Amino acid sequence: MSIPVFEVLEPGLLTTVQDLGRIGYQRYGVPVSGGMDAFSLKIANLLVANDIDKAVLEITGLGLMKLKILNRTVIALTGADLTPMIDTSPLPMWRAIEVKKGVVLSLGETRRGFRAYLSIAGGIDIPLVLGSRSTYCKAKIGGIEGRPLRKGDIISSFLSKQPLESITHRYLPEDFIPDLTKEIEVRVIMGPQDDYFKKEGIQTFLNSWYRVSPESDRTGYRLSGPRITHKDKTDIITDAIPLGAIQVPGDGLPIILMADRGPTGGYPKIACILSVDVDKVGQLKPGDKIKFKKIDIKEAHELLRAENEKLLKINNILNEQSKIPAKKRYRVSIEGETYEVTVEELPI
Amino acid sequence: MPEEEIKNLIVGDKAVFIEFANKISPEINRKVHIMASAIEKKKIEGIVEIVPTYRSLSIYYDPLKIELDNLLEKLEKIKNSLGETKIPSPRVIEIPTVYGDKYGPDLEFVAKHNSLSQEEIIKIHSGKNYLVYMFGFSPGFTYLGGMDERIATPRLKTPRIKIAGGSVGIAEKQTGIYPLESPGGWRLIGRTPLKLFNPDKEPPVPFLPGDYLKFTPISEEEYSTQIRQSG
Repeated sequence: MSIPVFEVLEPGLLTTVQDLGRIGYQRYGVPVSGGMDAFSLKIANLLVANDIDKAVLEITGLGLMKLKILNRTVIALTGADLTPMIDTSPLPMWRAIEVKKGVVLSLGETRRGFRAYLSIAGGIDIPLVLGSRSTYCKAKIGGIEGRPLRKGDIISSFLSKQPLESITHRYLPEDFIPDLTKEIEVRVIMGPQDDYFKKEGIQTFLNSWYRVSPESDRTGYRLSGPRITHKDKTDIITDAIPLGAIQVPGDGLPIILMADRGPTGGYPKIACILSVDVDKVGQLKPGDKIKFKKIDIKEAHELLRAENEKLLKINNILNEQSKIPAKKRYRVSIEGETYEVTVEELPI
Repeated sequence: MPEEEIKNLIVGDKAVFIEFANKISPEINRKVHIMASAIEKKKIEGIVEIVPTYRSLSIYYDPLKIELDNLLEKLEKIKNSLGETKIPSPRVIEIPTVYGDKYGPDLEFVAKHNSLSQEEIIKIHSGKNYLVYMFGFSPGFTYLGGMDERIATPRLKTPRIKIAGGSVGIAEKQTGIYPLESPGGWRLIGRTPLKLFNPDKEPPVPFLPGDYLKFTPISEEEYSTQIRQSG
């Protein structure tokens, strides 16, 4: 069963439906797509007791977005802080929030990060295209007609897995909330074509701060900063490009390949960003800065396992929170008379 | 080719590329597809997806499900028994193409550039079978090999903003088809009514890497009829 939950009053700069991406079709040239900050996307789902890979809205910074709530539901907002409001009150992030029919959810000024994730209990109900609901605008597939949201769109959700009352208590403890900053250091594994670069080129790459250029989008981040020198050739025989790969074309300026990248490309890849760090890149906006630090594959896999443990732990904490009953009954005695009262949290 | 030339490359924390050589050739590419097929038959837990390219095979894996060393060991075993793997013999897929006029606005330029007539360009272009080395870049985009160098033409200096899906073009020594409407700088010589990317189909493409494509000239009427039939 499907329930209409949002009516788009203002779509914002770029708001798309995303899940964890389209797996298995890169061999036919189809990009993976999916949320640019997968960690925030997963947490948004867990907060409303969804499976980790349900479809949510990815809302890009610098744009106004307004949604009218069409039916009572529970939502959660994670990722970038885009000054969220429910009617005229600030909306707390990183927690499940019950919202009433008729209220308006709005996002405005970008305070931290660049992409926010809005989940709905049950997950967004739109058809799967090649196994995913992620929007890939260039080929017009996934999401709503393969395009960003526009005014008048209605977003529906599946039924919630759990009763809404049992999920409204869920919140992410502060320690787990990622720190979104304008300057980040990400860890990389060198290669596979680092032998295309001069020694001083590699030094430049590992010792410089790079700035995110305005020509950056879901396909990739173009960086400006010191140029990385090639030995000789500046292209390779086209091969595959994983998420977070850093290509350096002839001009010596690195490009980080992101969610909507084409599955293959012909520039040498100097290094690849760790899966656990790619999410931080997805929160950078033009003008923000990035630096690269080399580590080895063993360490990278340990970090990945630690990240997985963290997600499992978060899920356990949230499920424990669900066990607290939403309504509490009290017996109150006033001047010898006993009254039975029910105390419950009211939706905002 | 001696085995020691095959390289395993660690590509980030979730991919391994098996690089068979550093050149483009039908023989090397065939090895890539044989390896891809052999890996798929084994159904190894932890392999997420594989992407065959010109001369290397990318294997995306989940390190939480399979240890890298274990994966490499399994791949090594498969590599050493490739002789036993059979893959279907390549098919030749016909690509009906209307050449010239509004469908191929650069046919005239390609002819002039190579001092040939438009008819000769069509005859040469449609007279060969082209190997589908790989897909990549964008949905349904194929990298084809084997174009006759007599019709090679440089790209446009300024790419077109909008090219219709199905457009057949030439860029230097390559020929290819734009599967979807997109910007691009190839010299357009014709257009096919075939739908080259259909997300409602499994697989979403009408041919596979390893197949050969043959462009068959059709008339404008046939083009229109086929477009109508494909809805």
